[in-house]
Amino acid sequence: MTDFFIGIMTKYNYWLYIILMMIGLYAMIVKNNLIKKIVGMNIFQTAIILFYISIGYKTNATIPIIKNAHGDHGTGAHKLIIHAADYINPLPHVLMLTAIVVSVATFGVALALSVKIYQRYQTLEEDEIRMRLREK
Amino acid sequence: MIKTFYPALLVIAPLLAALLCSGFSWIQKKFCYPIVLVGLAISLFSAFKLLMIVLTSGTIQYRMAGWAPPFGIEYRIDLLNAVVLLIVSAIALINLVASHKSVLQDMKEKLGAFYSVYVLFVTGLLGVVATGDLFNLYVLLEITSLTSYALIAMGDPDRSPIASLNYLFIGVIGASFYLLGVGYLYIMTGSLNMINVADILQNLHGSSAVLIGFIFCMLGLWIKMALFPLHIWLPNAYSYTSISVGRLIAPLMTKIMVYVMIRLMLNVFGFNYIFETLELSKVVVWIASIAIIAGGVMALAQKNVKKIFAYIIVSEIGYMVGGAWLGNQTGMTGSILHIINDAVMTFALFLVVGNITFCLKNAHLNNFKGLFSKMPWTMAGLVLAGFSIIGVPPTCGFFSKWYLILGGIEAGAYHFVGALIISSLICAILFFKIFEISFFESSIQNKQQNEHKNHDKIAGITEAPVSMLISLGLTSATLIILGVYSDSIVKNIITPFLTQYKMVI
Repeated sequence: MTDFFIGIMTKYNYWLYIILMMIGLYAMIVKNNLIKKIVGMNIFQTAIILFYISIGYKTNATIPIIKNAHGDHGTGAHKLIIHAADYINPLPHVLMLTAIVVSVATFGVALALSVKIYQRYQTLEEDEIRMRLREK
Repeated sequence: MIKTFYPALLVIAPLLAALLCSGFSWIQKKFCYPIVLVGLAISLFSAFKLLMIVLTSGTIQYRMAGWAPPFGIEYRIDLLNAVVLLIVSAIALINLVASHKSVLQDMKEKLGAFYSVYVLFVTGLLGVVATGDLFNLYVLLEITSLTSYALIAMGDPDRSPIASLNYLFIGVIGASFYLLGVGYLYIMTGSLNMINVADILQNLHGSSAVLIGFIFCMLGLWIKMALFPLHIWLPNAYSYTSISVGRLIAPLMTKIMVYVMIRLMLNVFGFNYIFETLELSKVVVWIASIAIIAGGVMALAQKNVKKIFAYIIVSEIGYMVGGAWLGNQTGMTGSILHIINDAVMTFALFLVVGNITFCLKNAHLNNFKGLFSKMPWTMAGLVLAGFSIIGVPPTCGFFSKWYLILGGIEAGAYHFVGALIISSLICAILFFKIFEISFFESSIQNKQQNEHKNHDKIAGITEAPVSMLISLGLTSATLIILGVYSDSIVKNIITPFLTQYKMVI
């Protein structure tokens, strides 16, 4: 039993992202209100962003900015000895900048669509919209 | 390595066209159409040039902004994606010309927005096909998806926003799963370039993280391509949108996702990993067989022709996925050939629906009565496209089905062969039902209405505009040309491409 808890504790970042992702997925599937679904979608995407951020992390490492590297007009960087273990991996973070843009854009499109639906049906509850559709 | 700028031009031309078009839509709306036309013509030209270069001198590796592959983004054009690029850009251009009149009719005030989103969608598709970088593929996939949500919402004002929102929810889940899969691959390999990842993965076949990455990537792509149990978003999204959009998205989107799946299977994970280490092929071929039958049966139940064709797409996805997962070269050949053929076939079908909705405003099966005498050229196109979907020999649909069946027999997957044959029969029933209604049943109702309103002139031929008919004629001719020359396509393009990979189990 303790092994199980230690397994969770050492990899808590993965468990956290899985829990967040499931919350988002639950909201997307179960909720009746379209705005709640959209928020669930955003939680789902944010969970994946957190997953990527956490895989770039290293213990006892710092941000990947090398001091004085540009001091001698570019020649200084060659003389410095850089230990990769001292710096966290910046690449997943850079990738997630793009993913954040994508998720914001998706959020915007989804909200625009729900505005269009609201103008048409005067409601955002999915079952009411379905009822209106059946009447037609 | 060959120095050429065409891979960049291919993607940048439509991107710039989108930018210019949205700018000009504020000033003078009539410039939008020519700008987009020029942009897509440039990408068609570069796709053609790329195919010629690849055929004579092999794979092109283009480094974006000059950064070397493991760090920079590489555009990699080989025989497979050169052909797919040509098909995508040709269909986008022909559809633009064909839908010019109906766009003017349907969305007069949204002209600029429509054209810029349209051309941005094509940019995304071309990028997805050309890129050799896993994360770049995700970004371009999202560009394609976001624009397709916007395009689909421009259709029927009652239902299309809801269909589009449902598509958005499912599409986001699919793309996010793909992103998650790429994340697991990145944890194991530390690289995002497809070739580089494939090299590193060769020593990691037992790893469970790679397995999770593989499953997430495939699941994401299957959601995006609407493989049978995950297909629910497709029929509504494709049938409630306006036809000029449906014609673009229906033939291309799902086919490009199949292409991405094949690219990942061959280039990233490798045949050995999928078929020897995992032994998943039997399960997937079963799913594909069920998808083929289920798509056909659901198509039989529909009354709207747009929905019938949408369910036929679900069935065709089963063909391609099954063929790719049979695990032999013949099946893979059939699958790749079917990507090309099915894009053209579906495009021809939706062109026919476009012509009919342009004249009748509705694609319900009851309105088809007496249509053969009213719109003879359009219905001739429907007959050709229908024969191709069923798989009648001179048209291209027969040849890819032939390779798929041969591959199925070779792999011993007789359920897949059976599903293929049953689905051909179902398609035959579907199309002959449409032919029967439109050829033999005369439109008594219409005649009565016409007499009532003293509109005797309408009783004759009322065809769609010439630009639509020419596009349909061109596409239908391509169906036969692809069929006649399918042997040389296989010999010169698909077989040389597939022999690079060791496909013997």
